[in-house]
Amino acid sequence: MHIPDGYLSPSTCVVLYALSASGWYSSLKRIKRLLATRAIPLISVFAAFAFVVMMFNVPLPGGTTGHAVGVTVAAIVLGPWGSILAISIALAIQALFFGDGGITTLGANCFNMAIVGSFVAYSVYRIIAAKSELSARRRVLAAAIAGYVSINASALVTAFEVGIQPTLFHDANGSPLYAPYPLHIAIPAMMIGHLTFAGLAEAAISAGMVSYLQRADPGLLRGGGETAERMPLAALTSGTQPSERRLWLTVALLMFLTPIGILAAGTAWGEWSSADLANPQARAQIASASHGQAPPVAIPSGIQKLSALWTAPFPGYAPFFIKRPEFGYLLSALFGVGLLLLASFAATSLGRTWRKRESRS
Amino acid sequence: MSRHSFIESTLRGFSRAFSNALASEHVANQPGLLQQFDPRVRVIGMLALVIAVVICRRLAVITALLLLAMVIAIASRVSLASLAKRVWLVVLGFTGIIALPALFTVPGKPIWSVPALSLTISAQGLRSCVLLVLRVETAVTLTTVLVLATPWMHILKALRSFHLPADAVTMLAMTHRYVFLLIETANQMFESRESRMVGVMSASAQRRVAARTAGLLLSKSVELSHEVYLAMLSRGFRGDVRLLTGFRMKFYDYAALSAFLFAGGAAAWMGR
Repeated sequence: MHIPDGYLSPSTCVVLYALSASGWYSSLKRIKRLLATRAIPLISVFAAFAFVVMMFNVPLPGGTTGHAVGVTVAAIVLGPWGSILAISIALAIQALFFGDGGITTLGANCFNMAIVGSFVAYSVYRIIAAKSELSARRRVLAAAIAGYVSINASALVTAFEVGIQPTLFHDANGSPLYAPYPLHIAIPAMMIGHLTFAGLAEAAISAGMVSYLQRADPGLLRGGGETAERMPLAALTSGTQPSERRLWLTVALLMFLTPIGILAAGTAWGEWSSADLANPQARAQIASASHGQAPPVAIPSGIQKLSALWTAPFPGYAPFFIKRPEFGYLLSALFGVGLLLLASFAATSLGRTWRKRESRS
Repeated sequence: MSRHSFIESTLRGFSRAFSNALASEHVANQPGLLQQFDPRVRVIGMLALVIAVVICRRLAVITALLLLAMVIAIASRVSLASLAKRVWLVVLGFTGIIALPALFTVPGKPIWSVPALSLTISAQGLRSCVLLVLRVETAVTLTTVLVLATPWMHILKALRSFHLPADAVTMLAMTHRYVFLLIETANQMFESRESRMVGVMSASAQRRVAARTAGLLLSKSVELSHEVYLAMLSRGFRGDVRLLTGFRMKFYDYAALSAFLFAGGAAAWMGR
């Protein structure tokens, strides 16, 4: 799954470096905030551990062997943010020092294995393990499934990145300039190997390690209590309060800034109603915003037909009873955020009821 | 499959990592072309050439860059035989096999039909196959030459002088150091296990051994990280990382940097 240099176009590499860089930045900030001085030795040694585990040959059914990535155990023990850093550093050492994976494609490899792998592994493990006992067999099963699903998710993302290359990057004669296989070949080719061997290797090593840790060192699975005294691993997965508070403050600030939109001159390109297309003044604005290209004389029948389907309660971000547009914007923002919160609370309470029913049965 | 194959193949992997690291140290300490330049020049220069390889779309230009990489390797005391063994054959075996079906699957002008098989090689397929293999060979050769001719700590110091966060550079340095310690630990664990085995292990038993070894290694790693943390605290570590970057650019460093950037820029422009 380590993509070497030359398989991806420079623009793909830049995009994936940018995505990975945002993941690294967020992880580093979060881990440093939660662990302070302990972050560097913990992540470094864990990255070294992940590197060594990647070298293990895991025997698979059928007499063959496969390599695990170790992302699942990293995500279980460190949480997704810590895992992103540890696996990324392990991948960087592999690329820079051992030539496994490219340098221009390091961003892609970190995105696929460290970021996608960590989040998928952590989510699947948490959903399946739920609040089961640390010693429960369910946790072993959760680790196995998380390992299998996360490696396959990473492989799917890798296949997608490789598979879009011939469509996007080819010369005038149609020769692919980078990876030559389109999606319909790249996805099955990549997934067959991962659904059969690599996924099993990650599942086997993850389940085996969780089973071992349940008996030998359960504190690492707990992420709290005695482990927190030894190394506050719990802090990596919890401690969301400061960022939540910051999120709410940002949302509030953005809501109060919504009237700034009124200052923008001209028309929002492409957001024209059938009334705008019929209004000569609005038509002139549309033409000036479209490099002099005048809109069609007759209102397109599709716009005319579909625009009557739904009438917004606050058309133009201003309820009919509000005369000042800035208050209209503010009220619309409050109303919109309120609706989203209501939907979110409803979904959360539904989820809780569902989980309670499940635990009773 | 031999009865202890998974332990033996893992041990072989560990030995390979050690021997590669030793080879790298040996080459980095030799007097050679790359070795005499400031590490920042080496890193920027070789990365510029790798980026040029990825940007290039012409086979002739990528071939020229491969030849340039070979010249730099010879001048830097990196033997072509070791490059062939460590890079070219490995890349050919991996990327070559991946690229081979592209000869037949990429649609285009047919140039040759395989007798007795209904397979046709297209000109576009051949070009994309050669382009991919040549590009990967050249990029990996350049990276390998850089890594062989530059001690790891110098690469990290160079990265630090490019304003990579100090925390990230420190973690890379510490990871590299503890990789070898943990490889040594895992090596001893597998060797002791191997020395106590008398029968044939089933595949499931082998999986259990691999998972238990990994689990124990995890426990040891977390303990180790705590010990390292305490050692750092005792030496006055308060969370701020300060790295020494004692490099000083000389005239020939600037000349080499200009030459690298010119070569990379010219290749990217000619190969566009």
